[in-house]
Amino acid sequence: MRRLINQQPSVLNSLLLAALPFALVLLAYAVASEARLSINPDDKLLPDWSTIEAAIIRMGFVADLRTGNFLLLEDTMASLQRLAIGVAVATVIGGLIGILQGLIPYARAMLANFTSVVAMVPPLAILPILFITFGLGELSKVVLIVVGIVPFIVRDLALRTSELPHEELIKAQTLGASTWQIILRVVLPQMLPRLIDSVRLSLGAAWLYLIAAEAIAAENGLGYRIFLMRRYLAMDVILPYVFWITFLAFTLDFILRVFQRVTFRWMYRGQA
Amino acid sequence: MSSVSVENVWKTYGRQTVLERVSFEVAPKSFVALVGPSGCGKSTFLRMLLGDEVPSKGRILIDGEPLMAEPSPERGVVFQKYSVFPHLTCLQNVMLGLEFAGAPRLGILFGRKRREAKEISRDMLQCVGLGAAENKYPSELSGGMQQRLAIAQALVKKPKILLLDEPFGALDPGIRAGVHEVLLRLWHETGMTVFMVTHDLSEAFKLGTRVIAFDRRRTRPEEAEAYGATITFDLPVHHPIPKPADVVLKEVQPIELKAAV
Repeated sequence: MRRLINQQPSVLNSLLLAALPFALVLLAYAVASEARLSINPDDKLLPDWSTIEAAIIRMGFVADLRTGNFLLLEDTMASLQRLAIGVAVATVIGGLIGILQGLIPYARAMLANFTSVVAMVPPLAILPILFITFGLGELSKVVLIVVGIVPFIVRDLALRTSELPHEELIKAQTLGASTWQIILRVVLPQMLPRLIDSVRLSLGAAWLYLIAAEAIAAENGLGYRIFLMRRYLAMDVILPYVFWITFLAFTLDFILRVFQRVTFRWMYRGQA
Repeated sequence: MSSVSVENVWKTYGRQTVLERVSFEVAPKSFVALVGPSGCGKSTFLRMLLGDEVPSKGRILIDGEPLMAEPSPERGVVFQKYSVFPHLTCLQNVMLGLEFAGAPRLGILFGRKRREAKEISRDMLQCVGLGAAENKYPSELSGGMQQRLAIAQALVKKPKILLLDEPFGALDPGIRAGVHEVLLRLWHETGMTVFMVTHDLSEAFKLGTRVIAFDRRRTRPEEAEAYGATITFDLPVHHPIPKPADVVLKEVQPIELKAAV
């Protein structure tokens, strides 16, 4: 018998093993739901599939009586817009500061300690300050996302920039490059794919801040809807929303990964 | 075609003396091989020539002018690793030096200037035998091809001095000979002064017109910190007629030769 660390599953077994945890969760849910509903048919905690399906149709494919909008679509667009603006702003700010902090000794002397301290401030703790300062509208939600993920992006990019081989910077100087030209032609192009990695890692946090902000003060959005439905114990709506959010987050991550592979082929060429 | 004078150069880090009393004159169009055991300061010396490090005492002159205290286009360099930019193709790597000079703001050339820069760079790639690889990324090249690319990239700036820091240390012997040939040809054509750090003595004698060895004269442990390495021998090598060094060195391991010297 070979050691466990040396045993490789076949392709088919890999697929089956990958599906197993998902299947187990679904099965556990089905059993528990069945058990509860058999005792009390009006139980709202673990609705059965037909109830969930009805809720999906109600939220996704029937116009709301009051506003005439499709709620799922409206919530999704509102949330994605906040997320996109927040992440885009954070990417630009974080990328710029990170590169400067990683490359320029004077910038590092000024910013390194400051960003380390700011990174330790729990963003949700300053959410009240943001609401007071920027009001309850879109701005405070976007600012929360920016404040929440910029410190991570800055520190990650600064680290990646400072890890560029010293030889490359020397070589660029012997080719006559100024500091500005080095940033533009040597550092920035090599940092863009790292920046995408950094954004991918921050997306989870960005969703967290988005939903938290929407839960507290919003008129639409995925987080708003979930927390609204909580008051009615409407698990039949909350569960599909959670699935939908997970799917959106997964898709965004996938798109970024593919974009990075296609755009920055130099990172992957010749590594086969 | 540049002469270099090194005038009583010392290098210390804190209390640790790395190099001391290094003085020599190099005639234009020399090929100087710097040899010595690991940690003897030969790479430190090369970095001072490069402007990456500053001498603690003494000075270095190029054509009678003091050296600029940071790297500049008059001194090209090829390192053992990381000498080319991984995100640029071969052609883009060679063009980069021309683009820095021609486009101070964006670092990118357009139109006619771009076509001219491309022509010059293509010729340069041809010179080092990489004409067919112009659209490849460095990660797709072998080690020898990467070093030839690094040489082409440095030479497109027409440096007065070319500095090589163990450039061929990571290459297989067969490939190394090919790169030697390219380097010697370009050195003859351009007339630049070359400094090469190597720990391969046969390479030093094969390529160099002059071999300079660094070593510590005092090796007692309690003296190690206070005394740095300095020049222990300085040998002219006459090419190409008699090359006794070559003949001997093919058989002798570098370590034995060092003991013999």
